[in-house]
Amino acid sequence: MQTLCAILVGVMVAGSVYLILDRNLIRFIFGLVLVGNAINLMIFTVGGLDSGRPPIIPNLTTAVQEPFANALPQALILTAIVIGFALLSFIFVLFYRAYQDLGTVDTESMRIAEGGSDHQAPMAGPTEGGSA
Amino acid sequence: MNGLLIWPILLPLAGGVTAIFVRTGARRSFYVALASAGFHTVAGALLLWHVHLNGIIATQIGNWPAPFGITFVADRLCAVMVMITAIINLAVTSYSRADIDRSLIRSGYYCLLQILVCGICGAFLTGDIFNLYVWFEVMLMASFGLLVLGQSKSQLDGGVKYVIINLLATLLFLTAIGLLYGVTGTLNMADLHEKVPLIANRGLRTAIAMLFLAAFGIKAALFPLFFWLPAAYHTPPVSVSAIFSGLLTKVGIYALIRVFTLVFSVDMSYFYMLLPAMAALTMITGVLGAAAQNEFRRILSFHIISQVGYMLLGLALQTRLALAGTVFYLVHHIIVKANLFLVSGVTKRLQGSFELAKLGGIYRSHGWIAFLFFIPAFSLAGFPPLSGFWAKMILIRASLDIHAYWLAFVAAAVGLLTVYSMTKIWAEVFWKPAPETHEVAEPMTAPNISIWMLGPIAALAMLTIVIGLGAEVVFRFAFQAAEELNHPEYYVHAVLGKR
Repeated sequence: MQTLCAILVGVMVAGSVYLILDRNLIRFIFGLVLVGNAINLMIFTVGGLDSGRPPIIPNLTTAVQEPFANALPQALILTAIVIGFALLSFIFVLFYRAYQDLGTVDTESMRIAEGGSDHQAPMAGPTEGGSA
Repeated sequence: MNGLLIWPILLPLAGGVTAIFVRTGARRSFYVALASAGFHTVAGALLLWHVHLNGIIATQIGNWPAPFGITFVADRLCAVMVMITAIINLAVTSYSRADIDRSLIRSGYYCLLQILVCGICGAFLTGDIFNLYVWFEVMLMASFGLLVLGQSKSQLDGGVKYVIINLLATLLFLTAIGLLYGVTGTLNMADLHEKVPLIANRGLRTAIAMLFLAAFGIKAALFPLFFWLPAAYHTPPVSVSAIFSGLLTKVGIYALIRVFTLVFSVDMSYFYMLLPAMAALTMITGVLGAAAQNEFRRILSFHIISQVGYMLLGLALQTRLALAGTVFYLVHHIIVKANLFLVSGVTKRLQGSFELAKLGGIYRSHGWIAFLFFIPAFSLAGFPPLSGFWAKMILIRASLDIHAYWLAFVAAAVGLLTVYSMTKIWAEVFWKPAPETHEVAEPMTAPNISIWMLGPIAALAMLTIVIGLGAEVVFRFAFQAAEELNHPEYYVHAVLGKR
């Protein structure tokens, strides 16, 4: 089971790297979703995949009974999912807004912020409008 | 519970939450933010004073004992970083009074600013590595918001790049934490200090360390990972770039220092071969990149990179003197760099541009602004007796002590090239006659430079001079901080109690 999960994480990360390296921002988002899930699965796997009881102390005893599941990785994943969801919704809005204003989802043609002073500084004129 | 550790986080949080409710009134929300920043400064000063007198303090949130619950810790490095953060918060908040439009305030500018500071202080004070991740996220979310507030085209462009690369850094960080938890079974940094040497699989340990280096390297804008910074930092309003330039990369440096002095403190010699090379290349590429720029804020952005290289140099050398140099450099650099960005805002207000070609003659028209630029600029370049001179001198001395002559040479040469960039700004913006091109010159015969803008700049410049003249006091403090970093036992003892 552990090996299977490890291979699955590897495949997911490989796929997401392929997507993230794309110039198209839409593919980047899909890559981001995929890599987020891959990392959560990895945390889940390294936390141990054995079948144990819930780590709850039964009535009339003072300690949990021995084969109990580790609850911490799940808490970590839960936190990461919540944060990841918030970031993802922000990114969707940001990219959509960037698409509306810049008219492209191709990162290669997003040159407004850096084009101004880098290459055309002596001529200065036309690029100024963008930053105003 | 030790309240001193909690207030520097709670006060900006409370300020941020209050600011969101009063955001429709520009003046009201400014005063809320100013009060929050003021109380934050007081809390930071109390913490610094307490830690300076009593050594490392720790508190367990919810009274869960140390390796299980979340711990907040302050050693001298944390305390001084919180203090500087509070000072920059206060300066930038006052500056925003004159710099930030009503529409941005309505969108929640002051709220985001205070939440950003809250996240930064949380990252400095936490003693739990997963909690550090959470604070990084708080900080990131606020910084995303601040960066694209106003939504000009160049901001959206820079924002996309900034968001993408910082998200990837965070994911690398999370991966590293997951793996580290898998092999040690703990997240408490003091506990990790004891458990990491027990990891049987050396290869895995190196891989985890490299993941941390890559993640924090992106945040701190180190050599091969810095390209996002000059793409984004010159796009938002001046107040925002000032607080970003002062604080955000330095949180990355702080995290590197914390992780590589406390968590991975064992024999990682092969690893410490890498850091000096990265430090040297960061310094050189940053300063050369700056030399090629002709826009005020982009020159300053590239200089952040070269300066971060100096801080990494101290960590790379690992001696006590070198770490003291890093602490000194952090204190000096945050103040000076934020101040330079604030000055660029004043010249923009006066002449309507950040392009060096369109600026000029400010020395003749506003001599005192030229003077206020002169102090932080030449402190950055390392002129005695300003603070930058001492910071550079300690680091060069530390590299000479361990016979790393080439590093000392690089540090000195980069200092010289910094002078080149600063004199370029000085000559173009302040010295040369104002360009007579368009109608730019006359309509603002009396451009309104508010006291809210000049006050913070003058105060920070004064602080630079004070640090320069009182270098011995600051150095002694930095040396004690370095001693704590070199002996993680103190930290572990404060967190886990007697062992």
